[in-house]
Amino acid sequence: MPETITELRSADNSKDKRPETPSAGVEQAGVNLAAVQQLSMQQALNRALDEILAEDPKSVIFGEDCGRLGGVFRITDGLQAKHGQERVFDTPLAESGILGMSVGLAMAGFHPIPEVQFDGFAYPAINQIVCQIARMNYRSRGTLPMPITLRVPSFGGIRAPEHHGESLEALFAHVPGLKVVSPSTPHDAYHLLKYAASRPDPVIFMEPKSRYWQKGPVDLTSAVPGQGTHDAVTSNGGSLTGARVAREGRHLTLVAWGAMVARCLQVAELAAEDGIDVEVLDLRWLKPIDVEALATSVGKTRRAVVVHEAPLTSGLGAEVAQLITKSCFATLKAPVERVTGFDVPYPSGDLEDEYIPNIDRILFGIQRVLEYRRG
Amino acid sequence: MTTEAVRGAVDDDAAPLTHHHLRELYTLMAAVRHLDTSAVAWQRQGIIPGYAPELGQEAAQVGSGYAVDRTRDFVFPTYREMGVARAMGLDMVGYMSTHKATWHGGMYNPLESRFAPIQAVVAGSVLHAVGWAHGQTLAGHAPGDMGVAMTYFGDGASSQGDVHEAMNFAAVMKAPVVFFIQNNGWAISVPTERQVAGDSVAARAAGYGIPSLQVDGNDVVAVYEATRSAFAHCRAGHGPVVIEAMTYRRGPHSTADDPGRYRTLEEERLDAGEDPLERFKQRLLTEGVADEAFFAEAHRLAEEEEEAVRAGIADLGPRPGSEMFSLVFQEPTPALQSQATAWREESEHA
Repeated sequence: MPETITELRSADNSKDKRPETPSAGVEQAGVNLAAVQQLSMQQALNRALDEILAEDPKSVIFGEDCGRLGGVFRITDGLQAKHGQERVFDTPLAESGILGMSVGLAMAGFHPIPEVQFDGFAYPAINQIVCQIARMNYRSRGTLPMPITLRVPSFGGIRAPEHHGESLEALFAHVPGLKVVSPSTPHDAYHLLKYAASRPDPVIFMEPKSRYWQKGPVDLTSAVPGQGTHDAVTSNGGSLTGARVAREGRHLTLVAWGAMVARCLQVAELAAEDGIDVEVLDLRWLKPIDVEALATSVGKTRRAVVVHEAPLTSGLGAEVAQLITKSCFATLKAPVERVTGFDVPYPSGDLEDEYIPNIDRILFGIQRVLEYRRG
Repeated sequence: MTTEAVRGAVDDDAAPLTHHHLRELYTLMAAVRHLDTSAVAWQRQGIIPGYAPELGQEAAQVGSGYAVDRTRDFVFPTYREMGVARAMGLDMVGYMSTHKATWHGGMYNPLESRFAPIQAVVAGSVLHAVGWAHGQTLAGHAPGDMGVAMTYFGDGASSQGDVHEAMNFAAVMKAPVVFFIQNNGWAISVPTERQVAGDSVAARAAGYGIPSLQVDGNDVVAVYEATRSAFAHCRAGHGPVVIEAMTYRRGPHSTADDPGRYRTLEEERLDAGEDPLERFKQRLLTEGVADEAFFAEAHRLAEEEEEAVRAGIADLGPRPGSEMFSLVFQEPTPALQSQATAWREESEHA
């Protein structure tokens, strides 16, 4: 394998523009073809919210511009007209108010699904998220659960202004009392949102905004919730609670989530041309992390690279690397590598391609792992 | 002292307080005064690690808490609302357990008590009250039959941005919320004039389109009537009300505080005004509502109650350490479960 590495170096950014290869059929087995539709992630999320409102009379959706406008990304498009102004409503423009209000609604028995318009605007609400939502179940000794699903359009890649391209997963995952999930495909977006909204604990739902308009197959067969957070499956056998093998491979595991999954699948196709068989593990749940899936995948490939958009230092890649090292130390061929954003404020659009891990940087990361020699 | 008339002038039909009610108010204030001063003593004796006294605020707390309908209203306190809790009939051992360091939010059941968990972030729960109150609207409660949320905070907390967001949200959504401000003159060491320009917190309400009342917070009957009136306004579906009860924090901010570093005893004497308990007693005597025997009995009951609460606190004991883990989530994560297992094994081994 190492012989092929020099050739991998020649991969340039133009390959970023290659059409993406559909994800391998690992989870396609057992799909109910009649229920499969081609939907964008925006459509899949909109459909999930529509069904949640119809199925759960206690669910309410609110935030800035969620009502008549349907949200700046149109995720709540048409929902107010269909379900009424009491179920889907606009709030004043204040994120702490939106999240603080969610706490009170949850205490009154509702299932709030608030939206923070962009990732960077979660910061003004951080006190309510960290000190209130995450702790109320604990503070109240379990008498006041917080079944809140906070939707956050997340990550970069859309040439947006400052504060519109942040990756907050490590920050949220560090907070006791929160769960964090990020879908990478329309299918997962639909099922994970419906699942998150059915749970009694607060979930930060990080939507990869650069993937909103990519279409993919969505099996609309409804999910079958399990007894706990960690055993729910869809009726076609796909899990809702753990990681997902997006592409099987033998030589190395790329661990990613959100928008980085599609990029890692592109990288895997390029690497395959050089005989490197890359497995792509879509982590999906960033808290709790599916430790077994990491152990299974890297136990097999014995090499791992974690890819995320967030800055390197104290990023979630460090947590993933430790979990892999702990379960696979004896068989690892190389230290777990991280390919991430830099320790800089998220840059302007002109520079964001330099910041977000691109195909070249991920390939270099793969190379470092493959070429690693002990001593 | 009303800065703006509360629409619907509320409860004009409401019956005046009977002698029975007046005596009950005094009994509650006496119980609160004695429990409060005792709690400071408990701290000095090492029974509890800390306490935030409400000495001087008995009228504001008992008068407002007495107006709550526990069948449908809900109160959102901070950490200095012991008098409200007592007036609402909370389990006081459960309440005081937060000061025993048993559990942050207290050991009482907030849903049954209609009293949210004790909140250490000032203004943290003000927005929760707005959300809960908007839930009353969403649940379709008819005007006249709505549950009302009452949120407590002080002149210091009124500087927090969440108070602005809460008042604005509540006004826009016409949420049935009573914003009950106890202006006690001090936020730890910083006096009100360093928190509030524009005369008062109540004056800010006009900017939100919220009717407000400023009331003598050391007059328990005035506080009760203002609160009752605000509740009627909210219950009728007219939206929120701001009440600013002007009172005085006669004690330290907490048992860890030393007011001598920022105010003199002479200033305290001048600023505190008449003791709300003594003042109410004189009124009851003058009006022939109660006699000395009644007051003696009220104080005997207060002492009896304090002894029972102190015994209850002493009997509490620490919660099992497993609750650190089991109460974080409704559905604990595998990582948390394995931490709990490791904690159990290692603590047993030690």
